[in-house]
Amino acid sequence: MAPIEQLNLDFLRTKKLPHIWCPGCGNGIVTAALVRAIVRAGYDQRDVVIVSGIGCSSRAAGYLNFNTLHTTHGRALAFATGLKMARPQLKIFVIMGDGDCSAIGGNHFIHAARRNIDLNAVIINNYIYGMTGGQHSPLTPLGKKATTAPLGTLERPFELLELARGAGATFGARGIAAQPRQLEQLIARGAAHKGFSVIEALSPCPVAYGRRNKQGGAVEMLKAMKENAVSVERASNMDAQALAGKIITGVIFTREAPEFCELYYQLIEQESKKNSN
Amino acid sequence: MPDVKPVLMQGNEACAEGAITAGVRFYAGYPITPSTEIAEYMAEKLPRLGGVFIQMEDEIASMAAVIGASIGGKRALTATSGPGFSLKQENLGYAIMAEIPCVVVNVQRMGPSTGVPTAPSQGDVMQARWGTHGDHPIIVFSPASVYETFYLTIAAVNLSQKLRQPVVLLLDEVVGHMREKVLIPEMGKLMVEKISDQVPPDWKPYDDKGLTPLVPFGSGHFYHVTGLYHDEFGFPTGEPAVVSRVLDRLHNKLEQYRHEITFTNYIGHKEPRVGIVTYGCTVRSARAAVKKAYWQNRWPVGLLSLQTIWPFPDKEVEALARQADIILVPEMNRGQLVGEVERSVRGQAEVVPLNRYDGEMITPDQIMEQLRRWLP
Ligand SMILES: Cc1ncc(C[n+]2csc(CCOP(=O)(O)OP(=O)(O)O)c2C)c(N)n1
Ligand code: SF4
Repeated sequence: MAPIEQLNLDFLRTKKLPHIWCPGCGNGIVTAALVRAIVRAGYDQRDVVIVSGIGCSSRAAGYLNFNTLHTTHGRALAFATGLKMARPQLKIFVIMGDGDCSAIGGNHFIHAARRNIDLNAVIINNYIYGMTGGQHSPLTPLGKKATTAPLGTLERPFELLELARGAGATFGARGIAAQPRQLEQLIARGAAHKGFSVIEALSPCPVAYGRRNKQGGAVEMLKAMKENAVSVERASNMDAQALAGKIITGVIFTREAPEFCELYYQLIEQESKKNSN
Repeated sequence: MPDVKPVLMQGNEACAEGAITAGVRFYAGYPITPSTEIAEYMAEKLPRLGGVFIQMEDEIASMAAVIGASIGGKRALTATSGPGFSLKQENLGYAIMAEIPCVVVNVQRMGPSTGVPTAPSQGDVMQARWGTHGDHPIIVFSPASVYETFYLTIAAVNLSQKLRQPVVLLLDEVVGHMREKVLIPEMGKLMVEKISDQVPPDWKPYDDKGLTPLVPFGSGHFYHVTGLYHDEFGFPTGEPAVVSRVLDRLHNKLEQYRHEITFTNYIGHKEPRVGIVTYGCTVRSARAAVKKAYWQNRWPVGLLSLQTIWPFPDKEVEALARQADIILVPEMNRGQLVGEVERSVRGQAEVVPLNRYDGEMITPDQIMEQLRRWLP
């Protein structure tokens, strides 16, 4: 594998480091992949905005050297919607945890998808509520343990990308912290896509999830993640049995549909022309 | 062209029109009686003015979108009623903490809960003060007429921009739905200078030195916005000295600009024996009572109407209490602002509440009946 190039330090607030994350946390890997994706996309620094919710993962916003907006738990997409509509030229990345996005923020998530507004949602899915110490989230796999499911959760998890697709999102991809190069490419592709893009980044939380579910430390978790990962291309040649328990990575879906913000501004431009005629 | 034109409008329309006059170009909301006309008016007007109207999935999202738009440099407003106002509280607190200008209109209806959606009530006075958690400051206006609604909305937008502080406009259902004459100035006449256009060279987003403009995202000044306690550049901190300084700054802004925030009005006898203190639509009945009692009967009666209810105009109320023996406080609730009146009066007069909470307005007769207890 080619070595990963130096991170663009202009895009990081290095003075704010060290970060608050635990040793072995995957949040840093995903954040670095995001920075490289922004470099890859070639955006002007002043046009990029990072919006985040509340959780360990959402703290990433504070370390990124752009205009950054750390909002309330679950509401990042709603803040981002207002911001995008007010300033359409902005390139907005919305970082959320699995709980932030799919539990308390679930309503905003499906409505952002429905509108197909040009936002790039990056969901750092560690299968757990990390910040509050390991409660189960709507993405915790069935049977896994959490402080609020000591005997294993009985709740069926969402399939996040299926939910996004069903709600109207036009780009959905999944990457893993164990393959940061691919993750970077996926985020960059999501950014290039016009419309609501959803990138699910699976990431280890050894402290609040791995330990309780006997998955070993960060290294073991990353290894297992990598071993279980199957690219969409390979997966298309595998049957259901072979795919059981696998993590499918890559662009899961992409399609074209009108983008909300552009539609809105086209409409008001037409109106102003009508009025000036 | 005349400078002003008289227009017959509804209170909710006047609110929307006032907002537009003050430069509001972003509205996000969720329908709820009796505030919906504000959203409908904005939906009609804003796209034609190059502005943004968006109906969000709920009031939480509406509040969030308004804050997001404000950070993007648009003057932004949202309107709702009790149940929606409850939902907005968390993000309203965020706007206070992060010092993001915005205006939140609550056209009050009778609560608690779904209550009587179409009945007037002044039940959200304390919620407007303390609805969001934490020891925060807040500015709340309560207009008595369509005319006042128009001008107080403009003041709300401008003050919110200047102080980087959310302003709540507490309308009464009666005011929101009544039609009255308003004198509308020509577009743009009342707008304050757009302070956020000028960025001082040593700009910090949260400067302890005093008022500092909000520089919109996308203009090349990179900073952080958070609901956590933060330093002058917006970065999270839990350092005790900084934490208390931030909270002090939030409160000090309002104290320092009290003279610009506090709107009250006195009519009646110069040395009243009975002073009435009230706000919102109840002012109308009190005014009618004072007309009769003072202008017709020459009773020593006066009315202090409060257009600003938070921060509470304690000095003005105390000044009245130094004259009057009795302070009568009519409110369409079980007694909310009366506690503040009592606190401000400091025993210098007897404070008497007059409450009604059956979904009907307090009438001038009801007030007259009270006045007769102390006067001929
Ligand atoms: C309204 C509200 N409810 C609850 C919380 C407490 N809280 C903070 S973070 C969090 C969950 C975080 O989990 P997740 O979104 O999965 O992110 P992670 O910490 O795992 O990155 C919760 C419940 C809060 N801050 N606000
Ligand atoms: S609790 Fe988990 S998600 Fe949070 S910083 Fe620690 S390892 Fe990361």
